[in-house]
Amino acid sequence: MNKKTKNTFSNEQLLKFYEKMFLIRKFEEKAAQLYGAGKIGGFCHLYIGQEAVVIGILSSINSEDTVITAYRDHGHILARGVDPKLVMSELTGRKDGISKGKGGSMHMFSKANRFYGGHGIVGAQVPLGVGIGFAHKYRNEKKISRVYLGDGAMSNGQVFEAFNLASLWELPVLFIIENNKYGMGTSIGRSAAGGELYERATVFGIKGEKVDGMNFFNVSESAIRAREYIEKNSKPYIIEMDTYRFRGHSMSDPGLYRTKDEVNKMKEIDPVLMMKETLLNDYNIQEDTIKDIESDIKKQIKDVEKFSLESPLPDLKELYTEVYL
Amino acid sequence: MKILLPALSPTMETGNLVKWLVKEGDSVVSGDILAEIETDKATMELESPDDGKVEKILVKEGTENISVNTEIALLKVDGEEIEEIPEVSIEKSPQVSSNGSEPLTTEVNISMNSLLNQTKENSGEKNWSEKEISMREALNQAIEEEMKLDKDVFLLGEEVAEYDGAYKVTQGLLDKFGSKRVLDTPISEHGFTGLAIGAAMAGLKPICEFMTFNFSMQAIDQIVNSAAKSLYMSGGEINVPIVFRGPNGAAARVGAQHSQCFISWFSHIPGLIVIAPSNARDAKGLLKSSIRNPNPVVFLEHELLYKEKTNVPEENDFLIPIGKGNLIKEGKDVTIIGFSMSVQRILNALPSIEKLGISPDIIDLRSIKPLDEELIYKSVKKTNRVVIVEDGFGSTSFGSHLSYLIQSNCFDFLDSEIIKVSGKDVPMPYAENLEKLALPNTDEIVSAIKKVSYIS
Repeated sequence: MNKKTKNTFSNEQLLKFYEKMFLIRKFEEKAAQLYGAGKIGGFCHLYIGQEAVVIGILSSINSEDTVITAYRDHGHILARGVDPKLVMSELTGRKDGISKGKGGSMHMFSKANRFYGGHGIVGAQVPLGVGIGFAHKYRNEKKISRVYLGDGAMSNGQVFEAFNLASLWELPVLFIIENNKYGMGTSIGRSAAGGELYERATVFGIKGEKVDGMNFFNVSESAIRAREYIEKNSKPYIIEMDTYRFRGHSMSDPGLYRTKDEVNKMKEIDPVLMMKETLLNDYNIQEDTIKDIESDIKKQIKDVEKFSLESPLPDLKELYTEVYL
Repeated sequence: MKILLPALSPTMETGNLVKWLVKEGDSVVSGDILAEIETDKATMELESPDDGKVEKILVKEGTENISVNTEIALLKVDGEEIEEIPEVSIEKSPQVSSNGSEPLTTEVNISMNSLLNQTKENSGEKNWSEKEISMREALNQAIEEEMKLDKDVFLLGEEVAEYDGAYKVTQGLLDKFGSKRVLDTPISEHGFTGLAIGAAMAGLKPICEFMTFNFSMQAIDQIVNSAAKSLYMSGGEINVPIVFRGPNGAAARVGAQHSQCFISWFSHIPGLIVIAPSNARDAKGLLKSSIRNPNPVVFLEHELLYKEKTNVPEENDFLIPIGKGNLIKEGKDVTIIGFSMSVQRILNALPSIEKLGISPDIIDLRSIKPLDEELIYKSVKKTNRVVIVEDGFGSTSFGSHLSYLIQSNCFDFLDSEIIKVSGKDVPMPYAENLEKLALPNTDEIVSAIKKVSYIS
C-alpha cells in the first residue's frame, strides 16, 4: 500500500526526514516515562502517531517560514530543529529549558528557529498565526506562516474569524488541521456537524484538501502543492490531515472513550513504521543504514534524559523576571 | 415650525453650522437636506422634518458652538401659523446641558489647562512650541508622528480608515499612510485582536483600536492569555509590542453594555501596562511612549474627554514616561487621587472643597500599571488623609487595591480612614438621572473630603 509517490527528494534527504520522525517518537516515549516517574509535571500532550504530519509539512518548508501550533507541540519544536535537550529540560521544568522552565510542555518558542509556540488555549494560535502571516506580507517577505490546529479547534469561533481575515486580506498562511479524531475525549462525530472539517474554510474562499496524514509521502506531496498555490496566488490554503494519536489526550487521560481495538487497528498504519518500510522496499535503502540512525537517536535520547534531569531548577529570582521587557 | 439644532450623537452638546443648502423662500419637502452640521464626530446632513417653505434662517452659516436645541430656522408648513420671533445672534451660546443641571462633562471653574501649565513637569526648561488642541487631535497627532517615525507601526480596527474613526481619532490617517498601514477590520474583535498580537510577536508594532473597550471583552482571552503572558512563558523569547486603545468607561446615555470602566480588569493582569490619561497633553505624550514600549499596553481613553483641550507640544520628542503620575494641584490638607474622567470630577468638586477651607493635593495617576507609588506616598505622608475617586464599580476595584497599598505603606501617617468614591455596583442605567447617580458626583466627593477631615 505504500506506493512510491512522485517526489524529488534524494535518499539522504528522505533518511533525514525519517530520522526526525524517529527522534520525535523516541523523545515522546521518553517523555511518557519521565512523566510516569514524576519528573515531568502538569499537562503533557504526546505527539505519538502524528509524526508524518509535522515531518511531511517540514519537507515543504523553507528555513525562513514560520510555524505556530497549540499545546501538542513537542514534535513541532523538534521538527523545527530546536535542540531536544532544551525541549526536554523545559518539560522537566529546569533552568536550561527552552523557556527557562517558565513555560512548560505547552509553551515553547524559538525565534531563531521561527517557531512561535506552543499555545494552551484551543483555537487562540490561529488568529496569532494569521497575524504572523500578516507580518510576512506587510514586510514583503517571501515566507509562509504555517498554522496548526486540531479537530477540536475547528468548532471554535475565533478560528472562523481568522479564516475570514486571512482570505479577505490575502495572507500567506497554510492552515493544517491535525484531525486526530478526538478533541480530548469527544469524538469528531459528537462535536462537529456537517461535512469535512476543511470544507468549513472553503466558504471563506480558502482552497483546501484532505490528506492521509499517516503517510509521510502523501503529506509531503500535498504540502508542496499547497506551498506552490500560496506562492502563486498569494492566498491562504488549508489541508486537513487524517491522523491519529496513539496515546491519550494528555498523560492523565484514561482513554475510556475509544476501544483498544480501534487504537490497535490504527497502529497497523503507524506512520514511523510505514515510512521505514517504504524506504526499505521502494528506495533501496539498506536495513543497516536505518539501524545506525535508530541507534544514534536512542543514544541521543539517553543524553537528552540525563541533561534534562541534571539541569538545575530555575533560580528563584526568575520568578519576577520577564514579566515586562 | 421651528427647526432646532438636533443632537446628532450621544455626546453632542454643541454643533457648527457649516453650510445652508437652502435659502429663505425655498420650498422643501420632508427629507430634503437643509444644512450641513458639524458635530463632535462628523459632518452630518440636517433634513427637513416636513413639507413647506423656508421662512427664515436664524443662524448664519459658519456659526460655531451652537447649543443643541437652538432654533436655527423657521419652516412655514401648510396650515400652520407661524409665530414672529426676533432674529437672534449667536456669538457664543451659554453652556448648559439639556436638563439645565450639572453638566455631564467638564465645565469647571478651574481648567485642566491652567493647572497643567503650573505643574512642575510643564513649567520646566523645555521651550517647545505648543498649541491648544483637543484630546482627539492629540491622539491623532501621536499616532501620525509615530507612524512617520517607524514603518513597523500600523493601525487596525473597526471603521478606523475609510469612515475616519468612529470617534474621529484616526481622521485622515488613511490618506496619509494608505490602506496597507491603516486597516478597516470586520466586526471581529476576537479575530483581529489575535491577528494583531500575532503580528506583534513577529516584530510589527500594531495599534489595535477597539471602537469601545466594551467590545474588547470579545477578545479578552487574546489580550490576557496571548499578549500579556507570552514574554514570561517563553522565557523572554517573544515580546508583544502592541497598543490596545479606544474609549473606556461611561459615555452619555449609551446604556449598560456600552458603559463600563475596565481599569480594574486590565490592571489585574501581570504583563499588561495600563494607561488612563485625563487630558490632551498627557494623552499625546503617553500614547507616543506606549507605541514605543516593547510591552502590551492597554490605553484607556474616555469619550467625554475627546473634545477637551489643553496645550500640547507639537514636537516628535514630546514623551511622557509611563509610570509617572502628576501632582496637578499642590495643597496640604488631603490627597485626592483620580485618573481619566475622575480627575475631571475632582476638579468639578474643587471649588466646593476649597470653600471648606481645605487645600488638597490632587494626583492624576495617568499610569495605572505601573503605578507611581512614590508620588502617592509622598503626598499621603504630607496630608495624612486620602480620597480616591474612580468611575468603575467599587466592588474589588482598582481603588480598593490602591487603598490597600496606601494603608500598608503609610499606615503610621494616616489620620483617618481612606475613602473611595466609586461607581455604584449596578449595570449602567439609561435614564439620565439614574446614570448620573451611578457615577461619582461632586456631593459624594465633597462628603468624602469632609469625612476624612472630620468636618461635620
